[in-house]
Amino acid sequence: MQTVKMVITGPFSAGKTEFIRSISEIDVVSTERKISSEAERVKEATTVAMDFGRITVDEDLVLYLFGTPGQRRFDFMWEILSEGMLGFIVLIDSVRSETFREAKHILEIFRSYAPTPYVVAANKQDLPDAWSPEDLRIALKIDSNVKVLSCVATEKEHVKNVLLELLYSILEGMEEGT
Amino acid sequence: MALKGNLRDFSTTQLLNLVNLARKTGLLVIQGQTDTARLYFREGKLIHANIGNADGHLADMLLKAGKLSAEQAQMIQTRAGMQSDKQLGLALMSAGYVTQEDIVQSVKKHMLDIVYTLFSWNQGDFQFDQNLLPSDDRIAVPINLENVIMEGSRRIQESEQLQDELPDLTSVALRFTDNPDARLRNVNLSVEEWRVISFINPRNTIKQIAQSNGMDDFQIRKIVYGMLQAGLVELARPEGMAAPAVGGRRGGVEKPPAVKRSVVERLITRIKRI
Ligand SMILES: Nc1nc2c(ncn2[C@@H]2O[C@H](COP(=O)(O)OP(=O)(O)O)[C@@H](O)[C@H]2O)c(=O)[nH]1
Ligand SMILES: [Mg+2]
Repeated sequence: MQTVKMVITGPFSAGKTEFIRSISEIDVVSTERKISSEAERVKEATTVAMDFGRITVDEDLVLYLFGTPGQRRFDFMWEILSEGMLGFIVLIDSVRSETFREAKHILEIFRSYAPTPYVVAANKQDLPDAWSPEDLRIALKIDSNVKVLSCVATEKEHVKNVLLELLYSILEGMEEGT
Repeated sequence: MALKGNLRDFSTTQLLNLVNLARKTGLLVIQGQTDTARLYFREGKLIHANIGNADGHLADMLLKAGKLSAEQAQMIQTRAGMQSDKQLGLALMSAGYVTQEDIVQSVKKHMLDIVYTLFSWNQGDFQFDQNLLPSDDRIAVPINLENVIMEGSRRIQESEQLQDELPDLTSVALRFTDNPDARLRNVNLSVEEWRVISFINPRNTIKQIAQSNGMDDFQIRKIVYGMLQAGLVELARPEGMAAPAVGGRRGGVEKPPAVKRSVVERLITRIKRI
């Protein structure tokens, strides 16, 4: 059996958990908790908020989706996660411009780990204050050969589309490579 | 007068018992098969420890305890230069990076990690030199040996049980269960568990996963056993076991083969159908 992996990254609250939940066939294993009791807060200090989903193609092929950890102090896991990935998706919270710089930073770090294809998903496009994908491309200085896609992570069709566009980019990369 | 011997004849448990009961002060050096461990005691309490090349600087300990990010730790180490651990601790506290409690906990964790490792050493020359103490600039957090000895003995037992449950690590791989049930909802995983999860792949044996993560047999057994109990993973036969898997490569985990076009095409077809 072959397993392949994609990484979903982006700033805190960009919609990574939602994105994986919309498409995964298993309950997303998420360690993120609403902070309520003291006990849970303590627990949060020792566990990583990170998501993990799965799409089975057939008995020989499984795709795993890994969302990057939410807490900054687990950044060291990014490189571990990026190992052997087929491609990655950078989710942007299109309504919170204060997170754009962080998003760009994350994108650059992942690009430095591996020359794998990636796409940028301008998430939360259903909200009235969302920056458009075109504006985001300029604001974040995204290369013209990288797709910036409109996305609503709660909508399965949008999530499918983002994954497909990434897969198409991967195919194109293979053509160039040969 | 130094105490000298080998763990074959006088175990870690016995040594620590002696140090504790005789309220000894000094340095215990144990020469393991791969690493040398140094433990400092004051009046029968463990106050400082280091192992191998890692000489246990504060920034390292804080990083390992998850109190600093890798970036922060590296920045601090290059900047701190000749600063002592005590000075560095004060600076980090006043800059609001960490609390005093963070520092104490990280130093303790660092020492306990080392001392618990020693319980699994069955041989190695040791020497105890009276009255040698760590340099003054180190942050010494005294730890009572009674609890350490009890926990260490418990771990030896546990480790023997785990070994019965998972005797073979070199020819077994892991894969995710096909139908993880509802128990999986809201499961809380530790950093170590996530590290293991990110290497799960029928090509990697459990041993290789452990090596890639710098874990010893006990640590990986414990994590894998926990994940088996939770129904998250299953044992599997490693793929391509016939071929010699581990080369001289660091970590030993095989690089995945280049993904084929047809694989990407199958993924596309599948996702379109969702
Ligand atoms: N309106 C809207 N809300 C979204 C969208 N994606 C995520 N959210 C919400 O944004 C918040 C953060 O999402 P989450 O998936 O937890 O972010 P994460 O930190 O990246 O995992 C949650 O309240 C989500 O329900 C979206 O496309 N549209
Ligand atoms: Mg999340």
